[in-house]
Amino acid sequence: MRPIADLVIYEEDLSRINACLSALQRKARSAAILLIDTSGQLIASAGATDGLDTTPLASLAAGSIAAAGALAQLLGEKEFSFVFYDGERKRLHLSLIGSRAILLVLLDQNSAVALVRLQVKKFSREMEDIFTELSRRPNSGAEGKSSPSKPAIGEITDDDVENLFGKG
Amino acid sequence: MSFINYAAREINCKLVYYGPGLCGKTTNLQHIYKRVDPGAKGKLISLATETERTLFFDFLPLELGTIRGFKTRFHLYTVPGQIFYEASRKLILKGADGVVFVADSQIERVEANIQSLADMRQHLGDQGIDPDKIPLVLQYNKRDLPNVTPIDELQKALNPRNLPWFEAVASQGIGVFETLKAIAKVVMQELQKKT
Repeated sequence: MRPIADLVIYEEDLSRINACLSALQRKARSAAILLIDTSGQLIASAGATDGLDTTPLASLAAGSIAAAGALAQLLGEKEFSFVFYDGERKRLHLSLIGSRAILLVLLDQNSAVALVRLQVKKFSREMEDIFTELSRRPNSGAEGKSSPSKPAIGEITDDDVENLFGKG
Repeated sequence: MSFINYAAREINCKLVYYGPGLCGKTTNLQHIYKRVDPGAKGKLISLATETERTLFFDFLPLELGTIRGFKTRFHLYTVPGQIFYEASRKLILKGADGVVFVADSQIERVEANIQSLADMRQHLGDQGIDPDKIPLVLQYNKRDLPNVTPIDELQKALNPRNLPWFEAVASQGIGVFETLKAIAKVVMQELQKKT
Protein backbone atom coordinates (compact mmCIF):
# COMPACT_ATOMS: atom_id res chain seq x y z
CA MET A 1 0.00 0.00 0.00
CA ARG A 2 1.26 3.48 -0.79
CA PRO A 3 2.01 5.65 2.22
CA ILE A 4 -0.17 8.67 2.87
CA ALA A 5 1.93 11.76 2.27
CA ASP A 6 1.78 14.64 4.70
CA LEU A 7 -0.92 17.10 3.83
CA VAL A 8 0.02 20.77 3.65
CA ILE A 9 -2.68 23.30 2.91
CA TYR A 10 -2.14 26.99 2.20
CA GLU A 11 -4.55 29.92 2.17
CA GLU A 12 -5.25 29.64 -1.56
CA ASP A 13 -5.87 25.86 -1.31
CA LEU A 14 -8.34 26.37 1.49
CA SER A 15 -10.18 29.08 -0.49
CA ARG A 16 -10.62 26.68 -3.41
CA ILE A 17 -11.73 23.85 -1.15
CA ASN A 18 -14.15 26.07 0.78
CA ALA A 19 -15.66 27.42 -2.45
CA CYS A 20 -16.16 23.87 -3.69
CA LEU A 21 -17.70 22.67 -0.41
CA SER A 22 -20.04 25.68 -0.17
CA ALA A 23 -21.27 25.15 -3.73
CA LEU A 24 -21.88 21.45 -3.03
CA GLN A 25 -23.68 22.20 0.23
CA ARG A 26 -25.95 24.70 -1.53
CA LYS A 27 -26.67 22.59 -4.62
CA ALA A 28 -27.20 19.39 -2.64
CA ARG A 29 -29.44 21.30 -0.17
CA SER A 30 -27.65 19.58 2.66
CA ALA A 31 -27.40 20.81 6.23
CA ALA A 32 -23.62 20.63 6.49
CA ILE A 33 -20.57 19.14 4.83
CA LEU A 34 -17.23 18.08 6.30
CA LEU A 35 -14.14 17.28 4.29
CA ILE A 36 -12.01 14.83 6.26
CA ASP A 37 -8.60 13.32 5.71
CA THR A 38 -8.70 9.50 5.56
CA SER A 39 -6.66 9.38 8.78
CA GLY A 40 -9.53 11.18 10.55
CA GLN A 41 -8.57 14.84 10.62
CA LEU A 42 -10.98 17.57 9.62
CA ILE A 43 -9.75 19.60 6.65
CA ALA A 44 -12.65 21.98 5.96
CA SER A 45 -16.39 22.35 6.41
CA ALA A 46 -19.42 24.19 5.05
CA GLY A 47 -23.00 24.83 6.14
CA ALA A 48 -24.49 24.67 9.62
CA THR A 49 -21.57 23.24 11.59
CA ASP A 50 -21.89 25.41 14.71
CA GLY A 51 -23.79 22.82 16.72
CA LEU A 52 -21.65 19.92 15.55
CA ASP A 53 -18.70 18.44 17.45
CA THR A 54 -16.68 18.15 14.26
CA THR A 55 -13.49 16.58 15.66
CA PRO A 56 -15.00 13.26 16.82
CA LEU A 57 -17.38 13.31 13.85
CA ALA A 58 -14.34 13.39 11.56
CA SER A 59 -12.57 10.63 13.46
CA LEU A 60 -15.60 8.35 13.54
CA ALA A 61 -16.40 8.98 9.87
CA ALA A 62 -12.84 7.97 8.95
CA GLY A 63 -13.22 4.83 11.09
CA SER A 64 -16.51 4.03 9.39
CA ILE A 65 -15.10 4.47 5.88
CA ALA A 66 -12.02 2.43 6.78
CA ALA A 67 -14.21 -0.38 8.11
CA ALA A 68 -16.39 -0.26 4.99
CA GLY A 69 -13.28 -0.53 2.81
CA ALA A 70 -12.03 -3.52 4.76
CA LEU A 71 -15.47 -5.18 4.54
CA ALA A 72 -15.49 -4.60 0.78
CA GLN A 73 -12.12 -6.27 0.39
CA LEU A 74 -13.24 -9.27 2.43
CA LEU A 75 -16.15 -9.63 0.01
CA GLY A 76 -13.95 -9.31 -3.06
CA GLU A 77 -15.03 -5.75 -3.85
CA LYS A 78 -12.53 -2.98 -4.58
CA GLU A 79 -14.47 -0.63 -2.33
CA PHE A 80 -17.97 0.44 -1.33
CA SER A 81 -18.47 3.82 -2.95
CA PHE A 82 -20.46 5.30 -0.08
CA VAL A 83 -21.81 4.61 3.39
CA PHE A 84 -25.23 5.84 4.40
CA TYR A 85 -26.69 6.23 7.89
CA ASP A 86 -30.43 6.77 8.15
CA GLY A 87 -31.82 8.26 11.35
CA GLU A 88 -35.25 9.63 12.25
CA ARG A 89 -34.31 13.26 11.67
CA LYS A 90 -30.81 13.17 10.31
CA ARG A 91 -28.97 11.16 7.74
CA LEU A 92 -25.29 10.89 6.90
CA HIS A 93 -23.75 10.23 3.51
CA LEU A 94 -20.06 9.32 3.60
CA SER A 95 -18.01 8.89 0.45
CA LEU A 96 -14.36 8.68 -0.54
CA ILE A 97 -12.65 11.36 -2.62
CA GLY A 98 -9.97 9.35 -4.38
CA SER A 99 -7.89 7.64 -1.74
CA ARG A 100 -7.13 10.77 0.21
CA ALA A 101 -10.24 12.35 1.66
CA ILE A 102 -13.75 11.65 2.86
CA LEU A 103 -16.80 13.75 2.22
CA LEU A 104 -19.36 13.71 5.03
CA VAL A 105 -22.71 15.16 4.00
CA LEU A 106 -25.24 15.76 6.76
CA LEU A 107 -28.81 15.67 5.49
CA ASP A 108 -31.80 17.04 7.32
CA GLN A 109 -35.52 16.83 6.61
CA ASN A 110 -35.19 19.26 3.68
CA SER A 111 -32.56 17.22 1.86
CA ALA A 112 -33.18 14.64 -0.86
CA VAL A 113 -30.84 11.64 -0.94
CA ALA A 114 -30.90 11.35 -4.73
CA LEU A 115 -29.91 15.00 -5.12
CA VAL A 116 -27.11 14.61 -2.62
CA ARG A 117 -25.73 11.53 -4.38
CA LEU A 118 -25.87 13.27 -7.77
CA GLN A 119 -24.09 16.39 -6.54
CA VAL A 120 -21.53 14.45 -4.51
CA LYS A 121 -20.55 12.50 -7.63
CA LYS A 122 -20.16 15.73 -9.58
CA PHE A 123 -18.15 17.58 -6.95
CA SER A 124 -16.02 14.57 -6.06
CA ARG A 125 -14.23 14.88 -9.39
CA GLU A 126 -13.43 18.53 -8.73
CA MET A 127 -12.22 17.72 -5.22
CA GLU A 128 -10.12 14.86 -6.50
CA ASP A 129 -8.41 17.24 -8.93
CA ILE A 130 -7.57 19.59 -6.05
CA PHE A 131 -6.07 16.75 -4.00
CA THR A 132 -4.10 15.45 -6.98
CA GLU A 133 -2.54 18.91 -7.30
CA LEU A 134 -1.83 19.07 -3.58
CA SER A 135 -0.17 15.66 -3.58
CA ARG A 136 2.09 16.62 -6.52
CA ARG A 137 3.32 19.78 -4.85
CA PRO A 138 6.39 19.41 -2.65
CA ASN A 139 5.95 20.48 0.96
CA SER A 140 7.25 24.00 0.82
CA GLY A 141 6.93 25.40 4.32
CA ALA A 142 10.58 26.07 4.99
CA GLU A 143 11.87 25.31 1.52
CA GLY A 144 9.72 27.86 -0.26
CA LYS A 145 9.71 31.55 0.37
CA SER A 146 7.96 32.54 3.56
CA SER A 147 4.98 34.83 3.00
CA PRO A 148 1.87 35.79 5.00
CA SER A 149 0.07 32.75 3.59
CA LYS A 150 3.13 30.47 3.76
CA PRO A 151 4.88 31.26 7.02
CA ALA A 152 7.72 28.91 7.90
CA ILE A 153 7.06 27.09 11.18
CA GLY A 154 10.67 27.57 12.28
CA GLU A 155 12.65 25.50 14.73
CA ILE A 156 10.61 23.43 17.18
CA THR A 157 12.50 22.68 20.38
CA ASP A 158 11.80 20.15 23.13
CA ASP A 159 10.99 23.13 25.36
CA ASP A 160 8.24 24.19 22.95
CA VAL A 161 6.64 20.77 23.40
CA GLU A 162 7.22 20.82 27.19
CA ASN A 163 5.46 24.19 27.34
CA LEU A 164 2.39 22.72 25.65
CA PHE A 165 1.96 20.39 28.58
CA GLY A 166 2.67 22.98 31.28
CA LYS A 167 3.15 21.35 34.63
CA GLY A 168 0.92 18.41 33.61
CA MET B 1 0.45 11.65 8.39
CA SER B 2 0.66 15.14 9.77
CA PHE B 3 -1.68 17.80 8.45
CA ILE B 4 -0.36 21.34 8.40
CA ASN B 5 -2.94 24.00 7.68
CA TYR B 6 -1.09 27.24 7.00
CA ALA B 7 -4.36 29.07 6.36
CA ALA B 8 -5.69 28.32 9.85
CA ARG B 9 -2.16 28.07 11.33
CA GLU B 10 -2.76 24.56 12.66
CA ILE B 11 -0.65 21.44 13.00
CA ASN B 12 -2.49 18.14 13.45
CA CYS B 13 -0.78 14.89 14.39
CA LYS B 14 -2.13 11.37 14.89
CA LEU B 15 -0.65 9.33 17.74
CA VAL B 16 -1.58 5.67 18.18
CA TYR B 17 -1.28 3.64 21.40
CA TYR B 18 -0.56 0.04 20.41
CA GLY B 19 0.00 -3.08 22.49
CA PRO B 20 -1.39 -6.47 23.53
CA GLY B 21 -4.82 -6.95 25.09
CA LEU B 22 -5.26 -5.50 28.60
CA CYS B 23 -1.84 -3.80 28.58
CA GLY B 24 -3.35 -0.43 29.56
CA LYS B 25 -3.75 1.56 26.33
CA THR B 26 -7.24 2.80 27.18
CA THR B 27 -6.13 3.47 30.77
CA ASN B 28 -3.44 5.82 29.41
CA LEU B 29 -6.04 7.81 27.49
CA GLN B 30 -8.45 7.85 30.42
CA HIS B 31 -5.78 9.29 32.68
CA ILE B 32 -4.82 11.94 30.11
CA TYR B 33 -8.49 12.84 29.71
CA LYS B 34 -8.88 13.18 33.48
CA ARG B 35 -5.84 15.40 33.92
CA VAL B 36 -5.98 17.76 30.93
CA ASP B 37 -7.84 21.09 31.32
CA PRO B 38 -11.39 20.98 29.93
CA GLY B 39 -10.57 23.67 27.35
CA ALA B 40 -7.70 21.66 25.92
CA LYS B 41 -9.51 18.42 25.19
CA GLY B 42 -12.46 17.12 23.24
CA LYS B 43 -14.69 14.19 24.12
CA LEU B 44 -13.09 10.84 24.86
CA ILE B 45 -14.78 8.49 22.42
CA SER B 46 -14.60 4.80 23.27
CA LEU B 47 -15.96 2.21 20.89
CA ALA B 48 -16.02 -0.63 23.38
CA THR B 49 -17.86 -3.88 24.05
CA GLU B 50 -20.34 -4.28 26.91
CA THR B 51 -17.47 -5.54 29.04
CA GLU B 52 -15.47 -2.38 28.35
CA ARG B 53 -12.93 -4.04 26.08
CA THR B 54 -11.98 -1.84 23.15
CA LEU B 55 -13.93 -2.96 20.09
CA PHE B 56 -12.63 -0.58 17.42
CA PHE B 57 -10.72 2.33 18.97
CA ASP B 58 -10.64 5.04 21.63
CA PHE B 59 -10.15 8.60 20.47
CA LEU B 60 -9.09 11.66 22.40
CA PRO B 61 -8.36 14.98 20.69
CA LEU B 62 -6.00 17.34 22.53
CA GLU B 63 -5.39 20.97 21.67
CA LEU B 64 -2.78 21.96 24.19
CA GLY B 65 -1.60 25.32 22.87
CA THR B 66 0.51 26.87 20.15
CA ILE B 67 4.03 26.31 18.86
CA ARG B 68 5.49 29.18 16.83
CA GLY B 69 1.97 30.57 16.39
CA PHE B 70 0.55 27.26 15.14
CA LYS B 71 -2.26 25.63 17.11
CA THR B 72 -0.94 22.16 17.85
CA ARG B 73 -3.39 19.30 17.98
CA PHE B 74 -2.68 15.72 18.91
CA HIS B 75 -5.29 13.12 18.07
CA LEU B 76 -4.76 10.14 20.36
CA TYR B 77 -6.04 6.72 19.31
CA THR B 78 -5.83 3.27 20.85
CA VAL B 79 -6.15 0.02 18.96
CA PRO B 80 -8.16 -2.98 20.21
CA GLY B 81 -5.62 -5.34 21.76
CA GLN B 82 -7.46 -8.62 21.54
CA ILE B 83 -5.96 -10.95 18.93
CA PHE B 84 -9.09 -11.35 16.79
CA TYR B 85 -9.39 -7.59 16.14
CA GLU B 86 -6.35 -7.64 13.89
CA ALA B 87 -8.18 -6.07 10.93
CA SER B 88 -9.25 -3.11 13.06
CA ARG B 89 -5.73 -2.54 14.40
CA LYS B 90 -4.42 -2.27 10.88
CA LEU B 91 -7.01 0.36 9.94
CA ILE B 92 -6.21 2.57 12.91
CA LEU B 93 -2.52 2.75 12.07
CA LYS B 94 -3.39 4.44 8.78
CA GLY B 95 -1.82 7.88 8.67
CA ALA B 96 -0.19 7.56 12.11
CA ASP B 97 2.54 10.09 12.85
CA GLY B 98 3.81 8.32 15.94
CA VAL B 99 3.20 5.18 17.99
CA VAL B 100 3.38 4.47 21.70
CA PHE B 101 3.91 0.75 22.24
CA VAL B 102 2.44 -0.13 25.63
CA ALA B 103 3.95 -3.35 26.94
CA ASP B 104 2.46 -5.36 29.79
CA SER B 105 5.34 -5.93 32.24
CA GLN B 106 3.94 -9.13 33.73
CA ILE B 107 6.15 -12.19 33.17
CA GLU B 108 3.34 -14.19 31.59
CA ARG B 109 2.76 -11.44 28.98
CA VAL B 110 6.26 -11.37 27.50
CA GLU B 111 5.28 -13.45 24.48
CA ALA B 112 2.11 -11.40 23.96
CA ASN B 113 4.22 -8.24 23.91
CA ILE B 114 6.66 -9.69 21.36
CA GLN B 115 3.81 -10.93 19.18
CA SER B 116 2.04 -7.59 19.35
CA LEU B 117 5.18 -5.66 18.42
CA ALA B 118 5.75 -7.93 15.42
CA ASP B 119 2.10 -7.51 14.46
CA MET B 120 2.48 -3.72 14.69
CA ARG B 121 5.54 -3.69 12.45
CA GLN B 122 3.72 -5.81 9.89
CA HIS B 123 0.64 -3.57 9.89
CA LEU B 124 2.69 -0.38 9.67
CA GLY B 125 4.41 -1.84 6.62
CA ASP B 126 1.03 -2.74 5.14
CA GLN B 127 0.01 0.91 5.52
CA GLY B 128 3.12 2.07 3.69
CA ILE B 129 4.80 3.27 6.89
CA ASP B 130 8.40 2.22 7.55
CA PRO B 131 8.34 0.62 11.04
CA ASP B 132 11.99 1.57 11.55
CA LYS B 133 11.38 5.23 10.76
CA ILE B 134 8.08 6.12 12.37
CA PRO B 135 8.49 7.89 15.75
CA LEU B 136 8.10 5.20 18.40
CA VAL B 137 8.22 5.30 22.19
CA LEU B 138 7.84 2.31 24.51
CA GLN B 139 6.01 2.23 27.81
CA TYR B 140 6.55 -0.64 30.24
CA ASN B 141 3.27 -0.61 32.11
CA LYS B 142 2.03 -2.30 35.30
CA ARG B 143 5.36 -1.89 37.10
CA ASP B 144 3.50 -2.00 40.43
CA LEU B 145 2.62 -5.69 40.07
CA PRO B 146 4.72 -8.29 41.90
CA ASN B 147 5.44 -10.59 38.94
CA VAL B 148 7.08 -8.21 36.49
CA THR B 149 9.84 -8.90 33.98
CA PRO B 150 13.07 -7.00 34.76
CA ILE B 151 13.50 -3.89 32.62
CA ASP B 152 16.73 -5.10 30.98
CA GLU B 153 14.95 -8.23 29.76
CA LEU B 154 12.07 -6.17 28.37
CA GLN B 155 14.58 -3.91 26.67
CA LYS B 156 16.33 -6.88 25.06
CA ALA B 157 13.08 -8.40 23.88
CA LEU B 158 11.26 -5.26 22.73
CA ASN B 159 13.64 -2.37 22.33
CA PRO B 160 16.90 -3.42 20.65
CA ARG B 161 17.23 0.06 19.07
CA ASN B 162 17.08 1.66 22.53
CA LEU B 163 14.27 4.02 21.62
CA PRO B 164 12.85 6.25 24.38
CA TRP B 165 11.12 4.11 27.01
CA PHE B 166 9.29 4.71 30.28
CA GLU B 167 8.19 2.68 33.25
CA ALA B 168 4.55 3.24 34.07
CA VAL B 169 1.62 2.42 36.28
CA ALA B 170 -1.06 3.89 34.04
CA SER B 171 -3.84 3.08 36.51
CA GLN B 172 -2.18 5.53 38.91
CA GLY B 173 -1.07 7.94 36.21
CA ILE B 174 2.60 7.15 36.74
CA GLY B 175 4.61 7.55 33.54
CA VAL B 176 1.59 8.47 31.43
CA PHE B 177 2.42 12.09 30.66
CA GLU B 178 6.15 11.37 30.42
CA THR B 179 5.35 8.91 27.64
CA LEU B 180 2.99 11.31 25.87
CA LYS B 181 5.50 14.17 26.02
CA ALA B 182 8.24 11.93 24.66
CA ILE B 183 6.24 10.79 21.63
CA ALA B 184 5.05 14.37 21.03
CA LYS B 185 8.67 15.55 20.98
CA VAL B 186 9.83 12.90 18.52
CA VAL B 187 6.83 13.53 16.26
CA MET B 188 7.41 17.29 16.25
CA GLN B 189 11.10 16.76 15.44
CA GLU B 190 10.09 14.60 12.48
CA LEU B 191 7.54 17.15 11.35
CA GLN B 192 10.13 19.89 11.45
CA LYS B 193 12.46 17.85 9.24
CA LYS B 194 9.69 17.55 6.66
CA THR B 195 8.75 21.24 6.60
